[in-house]
Order: sequence, then C-alpha cells, then structure tokens
Amino acid sequence: MLEVSALAKRYPTGDEALRGVSLTVADDEVVFVIGPSGAGKSTLIRCINRLVEPDAGSITLDGIELTTLPPAELRRARRQMGMIFQEFNLVERLTVMENVLSGRLGYVGLWKAWRRRFPPEDMAMAFATLRRVGLEGMENKRADALSGGQRQRVGIARALVQRPKILLVDEPTSSLDPKTSEAVMALITELAVEARIPALINIHDVPLARRFAQRIIGLGAGRVVFEGPPAALDRAALGVIYGGAGEELEGALA
Amino acid sequence: MSHAAVWRPPSPWPARWMGPALWLGLAAFVGWNLWNLEVDAARVARGLARAGTVFGRAFPPDFQRWELLLEGIVESLQMATLSTALGTVLGIPVAIMAARNVAPLPVYAVGRGIVSVGRTFHEIIVAIILVKAVGFGPLAGMLTLTVNSLGFFSKLLAEQIEQIDRGQVEAVRATGAGRGAVLLYGVLPQVLPRIVGLTVYQWDIHLRQSTIIGIVGAGGVGTTLYNSFSRYDFDFTLAILLVIVAIVGLGEWVSAWARRRIQ
Repeated sequence: MLEVSALAKRYPTGDEALRGVSLTVADDEVVFVIGPSGAGKSTLIRCINRLVEPDAGSITLDGIELTTLPPAELRRARRQMGMIFQEFNLVERLTVMENVLSGRLGYVGLWKAWRRRFPPEDMAMAFATLRRVGLEGMENKRADALSGGQRQRVGIARALVQRPKILLVDEPTSSLDPKTSEAVMALITELAVEARIPALINIHDVPLARRFAQRIIGLGAGRVVFEGPPAALDRAALGVIYGGAGEELEGALA
Repeated sequence: MSHAAVWRPPSPWPARWMGPALWLGLAAFVGWNLWNLEVDAARVARGLARAGTVFGRAFPPDFQRWELLLEGIVESLQMATLSTALGTVLGIPVAIMAARNVAPLPVYAVGRGIVSVGRTFHEIIVAIILVKAVGFGPLAGMLTLTVNSLGFFSKLLAEQIEQIDRGQVEAVRATGAGRGAVLLYGVLPQVLPRIVGLTVYQWDIHLRQSTIIGIVGAGGVGTTLYNSFSRYDFDFTLAILLVIVAIVGLGEWVSAWARRRIQ
C-alpha cells in the first residue's frame, strides 16, 4: 500500500510542480494518473522513489516513511520500487541481459556485479521474465540494437526482476507508436495483475488510461482535480483536468 | 516621418572605440617585442648558414651505433607503455572524482585539484623535478609521463563523464543500486569507448614526449639524442631523428587505426 499525503515540490526555478497531492494505491491496484504537460505527473512519481526530493508531505510504502530515509535505507527502499521510464533509459551499450540484471544490483556485491556473476535464482528469474515479456533469445543483443517496443519490454523486465512492492511507471508509451503503445500498456497492466504488484502509471493518452485503469486520478497544476473509475471520466471531468479543453478531447470518450 | 535605413552590426564591445584600440595596442606590443628581442635579419641569415653546415655534416646519417639507438628507442617505448597503463589505472578514478555529475562537491574539488596540478607544468618541468627526486633514467621519465596522464587523460575523461545521458544513470540508481554499482552499470558503459580511445591516444602522445624528456636526463631516446648533439655527432643525430620520425609516425598510425575500430 502506497500512501501519499500533502506532497509538495517547488523547483529551484520557481515552478510549483506539486501543491499538496494526496493519494493512495492499494495492493493489487492499478492506478493511472492523467493530466496536461506540466501538471506534476512526473514529479509525483519521481518524488516517490526520491529521484526528486519533495519539499513537504509524506510518502509511505507498506508503512515505511520514505521522505526521511537516510541514503543507505533509501537504497534499500528503492529496491522495492520498480520504475519504468518514458525514454526507456536502458544502458545503451549493455546487453539486454545486463540491463535486466541491473534490476538486481541492489542485492549483489560490487565484485560480483563487475564480473556479471549473479546468483542462479536471479538468472533464472531474468530468463523467465524475458520470456514473459516476449524477448526470449534476445539476451545477448545490445540495447541500442532494439526497436522502441522491444526496449520498453526490457525496461519492464528490469523493473519486474526487482520483485518490487510497487511499479512506478512514467509515461511508458509516449515514445512509441499507437499500436506498440497499446501492446506495451496491456503488458504492463497484465503483469502487474499477474504478479500482484500495484502500479501507479502516468499517462498522456486518455483512451489508454480509460481502457486499462482500475482507477484514474486527474492532476492539474499540481493538485488532484479528479479521482474515480474510468467510467466517471466524462466530458466535464476532462474539462476540469485539462482546463476547459474538454470538447477537443471528446474523441477520447469514444 | 521616414526612417533612414541605416543599420550597423552590433559591436561585441561595450563601446565602439574599444575594438580599434585593441588592434592598435596589439600592433604596438608586437612592434616593441621585435625591437626588444633584437630580431635582426643579418643574424637570422648567419644562423641559417650555420644550420646549413650542421645539416651538411649530418649527411649521410650514421647508423653504425644502431645498438645504442635501439636501446634508447626500446626504453622510450617502455616508458610510454608503462606510463600509459599506470596513467589509465590512476586516471579513471581521478576522472570520476573530477566529474561534477557523479562526484560530491568535496571529492570533486580534490579531483579537479589533481587534474590541475597534472596540467599546470609542462612535462619538461615535471621531468626536471622527478630526475632530482628519483635520479637519472627511465624511472623518472615514466613517472613524468604518468603525471602528464593524470592531467590530460583525467580531464578529457571527466568531461566525457559530464556529458553522459543522465537517464541511463538514473534508471540504475532507481533500482536501489549503490554508488559503485551505479558507476559500473550506468556510467562506465557510456564512457568505455572513450576510455579505450584516450588510452591509445595517450600512448601515442607519450611516445612523442618520451623522445624529448631524455634531454633533461629522464631516459629514453632523448638521452641518446642529447648525447649525440653534445658530441657534435650530427650524422648520428640525424639517424636518431629519422628513427624518431618513423616511430612517432608508427605510433600515430596505430593510434588512428585503433580509435577508428572502436567508434
């Protein structure tokens, strides 16, 4: 269970990205966050694993307060949170397998990591996960040799082998074509349900959110402005989230 | 009312007179130098004549003492290779320390300090100091070139590290990996081609430098060269110079080939 309350973040540039955001993600729940660019979606996700340091508020994962953890404990907490990125963020010059295994780096010693000697159970899990995301036999390809959809599958596998308590997913499909986007989003939500990992997913694409979400949170100018099941996301709600642009988004309701 | 269409490019100077003033100042300075250093056409002419005599005595090059020459060249190669290996091993950690995006501020300050010291002094000055410290011979030369590496290799590698893709590093950090693991998986793969390229380039530079620092007693073929000069054995000098040209050319060729391979 992830609980965020009164989270605030102001960047040194003066941009107030979050102005008191509160939300919860229950175990087994897949929650989508939608909102216009600059609404604070990415900041929200990045504050949770503290790639960005929040200014105020609290974040707890299974009862552990994350905002005040000292470095060593923060690293331990990060192992419990699998993150999937917009630009995939694979290490381009490493192989698919090395990228997937980097999800286990929090658990192996430096010397073993250097020599690529991961425990057999980690290896088994990496192979099984690659098969599950549809990349069987690709383990020795270099990440920069893959297509966009394949890269994001590697990104998903990397997050999954962490055996995380939550998936933090930041715009996973904005660098992909529509068809691949759908396949990738289906895969993420399926896997989350299958492995019983709750997920918090940022997305631009309203139709995708409506299709795959159990619950949708609308973020506007750093505040939660909507919360409800996909069915409740009507024209009025879109108008509120996207600041009166509801009519243009009507197509999204089809 | 009509405006006259007069436009002049904006001046890079705060005031327009500053540009011409600078050029005038520079011209005056050069003129003063010419006068002060007694640059004198007659002296240049006499020097050229003398240089002609030296060249005349240098032909044909004398390879009789090839063993001495070979010894110097081998020593130079050894100095260059060993200092490159040592410079790379020491230079990588220094480069990491001197990269602002991966090192905390106090570490960064130390790293930049080491790089600055390595870059401040010309290798001849370093060689003079090290010859005093460890005595004549190739050890001093090898250490000189290593110090030079710390400046050159570490600075260029640190700049490369500062330009890497943050996203890749962030993704590794987000898995809960420690500092060392983030460096190994997020940073190192991104700069590895550069490390290989710089190492080869470094070897090429060291080979060239190793031919000169012998003049102050730091070993290598430079020592052989200096001795032949002081004995007026200009034909042997020419032989040495020809071999240096060949070996530096070879080094450059190997370096270019290797760097092309790892692009």
